[in-house]
Amino acid sequence: MNRLLYEFTESVRIAWTQIRANKMRSVLTALGVIIGIVAVTLMGTAIRGIDTGFQNSLAMLGEDVLYIEKWPWGPVEDWWNYNNRPRIRPEYAERINRVIAGTPNSLLQIAVPVLTRGCSVKVGDAKVSGVFTIGTLAEYARLISADYKEGRLFNEAEAGSGRQVVALGHDVAEALFPGRSAVGETVMVNGQPFEVVGVFAKQGEFLGLFSFDNQAVLPLTAFQKYFAGRQDASIRVKVTDKLRLAEAREELTGAMRRVRGQLPGERDNFSVNEQAAFKAQLDPVKQGIAMAGLFITGLSLFVGAIGIMNITFVSVKERTKEIGTRKALGARRRTILLQFLIEAVSICLIGGVVGLLLTYGLVAGVGAVFPSFPIVFSFSLVFVGLAVSVATGIVSGFAPAWGAARLDPVVALRYE
Amino acid sequence: MSPAPSTSAAPRATRAPGATVIEIDGVTKLYKMGAETVHALRGVSLNVRRNEYLAIMGPSGSGKSTLMNMLGCLDTPTSGRYFFGGKNVSTMTDDELADIRNREIGFVFQTFNLLPRSTALANVELPLVYAGLGSTARREKAGLTLANVGLGDRMGHKPNELSGGQRQRVAIARALVNNPSILLADEPTGNLDSRTGEEIMQLLEELYAQGNTIIVVTHEEDIARHARRIVRLRDGLIESDVSQA
Repeated sequence: MNRLLYEFTESVRIAWTQIRANKMRSVLTALGVIIGIVAVTLMGTAIRGIDTGFQNSLAMLGEDVLYIEKWPWGPVEDWWNYNNRPRIRPEYAERINRVIAGTPNSLLQIAVPVLTRGCSVKVGDAKVSGVFTIGTLAEYARLISADYKEGRLFNEAEAGSGRQVVALGHDVAEALFPGRSAVGETVMVNGQPFEVVGVFAKQGEFLGLFSFDNQAVLPLTAFQKYFAGRQDASIRVKVTDKLRLAEAREELTGAMRRVRGQLPGERDNFSVNEQAAFKAQLDPVKQGIAMAGLFITGLSLFVGAIGIMNITFVSVKERTKEIGTRKALGARRRTILLQFLIEAVSICLIGGVVGLLLTYGLVAGVGAVFPSFPIVFSFSLVFVGLAVSVATGIVSGFAPAWGAARLDPVVALRYE
Repeated sequence: MSPAPSTSAAPRATRAPGATVIEIDGVTKLYKMGAETVHALRGVSLNVRRNEYLAIMGPSGSGKSTLMNMLGCLDTPTSGRYFFGGKNVSTMTDDELADIRNREIGFVFQTFNLLPRSTALANVELPLVYAGLGSTARREKAGLTLANVGLGDRMGHKPNELSGGQRQRVAIARALVNNPSILLADEPTGNLDSRTGEEIMQLLEELYAQGNTIIVVTHEEDIARHARRIVRLRDGLIESDVSQA
């Protein structure tokens, strides 16, 4: 046991002497590993960042909100069955709320109708197109966890009286009223005047598809009067306990069937959606991106590993006579094996440490320049990076080291 | 450089040989060189006892190198038997042979074979590393052995900072450090000028006087003359085996 320890420390000493004696060669070989480690760890951070982005986006949908809609989230094959479903009317929300009120210990809190479309918002010559415009009730405020930069959402009285008021997303307000307050100003939404009563705080993008900061929320009555045809509504229902989402979903399905007057045995002619469905959709995509990304960057690490293998073969060849001498002095096979493996692993570890430092710098730099870019450097990454380096060294150093260990001492001693 | 105190003036003493260390019985060795088979050894029997000073001589191609490799447990015979200290070496595995070489045999090479980037002390410590000795014990033992060959003041020097004779002394210290049963020297003066070579032979003489068993493989009569017994090989067979005063 002691002998193995002394052989180990001796091998580490030799490895460092060799690396220092062949600086240029070691640096070039380590460079291959550095590039590989940087590529793999950067991809790792990016994947993790995408993951975090997904989760943040899903959280925006609300973990405790169910969506009654005509179409399910996710692909359907028999689309014609869904297409023939009756329209989802905004009035259902009120009727569901009556059912909730009549249910003791209901798991549902409140249902709010939401209509959406894209509009342009104008102030004088300033114009923002494609604003995600939402028509809803004052209770919408209870669904979302948004903060306000200034003002508030319209209240029940304003909504009920059909007043033309609007709460703007952060970016919309910023574009129309750069550097000044928007509250009290009048904006033209698709040509209709609306008074700004509030501006949302910055929220961020949803999966990079659309921005919550690029929205305008206005009363349902006004929305229906000016913008809505016979479009389908989305009824958003907040649950009391997000841990009992499945039960809440059952209850909501029953409530909606009562509202719709569906007979027992009839298939639901609506869909109850939740963010988990999105997750189920996104997970395979996410994994696909991760696999492809890691495979491609893994190739660069593989090239680095070939470099290590090559240099270890050269090192064994150069030191054949030394191997013979060591064997004559009593080195066993495992001693020689260990010596060259440690040499290969040392170069890989140096490459790994330098690579991780570079990755750390790059991530910090990217984070400073693009604060919204979702990449995170974590300490598990350091651990994984070093483990990958060591594994690379062992895998690529093994063949040449094994060859050295099996050398015939007579042949090795005669080698010039 | 100060050579160790010389004993050349004193009349040559022959120590009484002790127990048998090496027992070789009808050993042959075949090499396949392409389609040809080379009979390097054709049936050699030889006994070496403790405290012997033996020279193995012969022209190139006589099988002298093969016999040396065999004696040094670097190689195993094709047929015949080889006992080292009563243990059958012919059937040992690579690692068992490595352990025998580590504990029982001290090698001295014509080209010194020192590790170029290690100090004299580190070179001498090497067999002790393989023997599993701790670093303090190693340093102490290696230091003493280096002092014994007259290099107590050169321990921190690397081989390229030493003269040829000093390098060979380091190599001899390395061979002796683990108290082997035999010291096996292959043309130990082959890369040295005659004066330095003579100093090395004086050192071997002293080591013999201290009780070491020495086998020198050489083709030079002048070197062989130092030994007390000369074994001559020709065409893979022992031609003569003569003890001399």
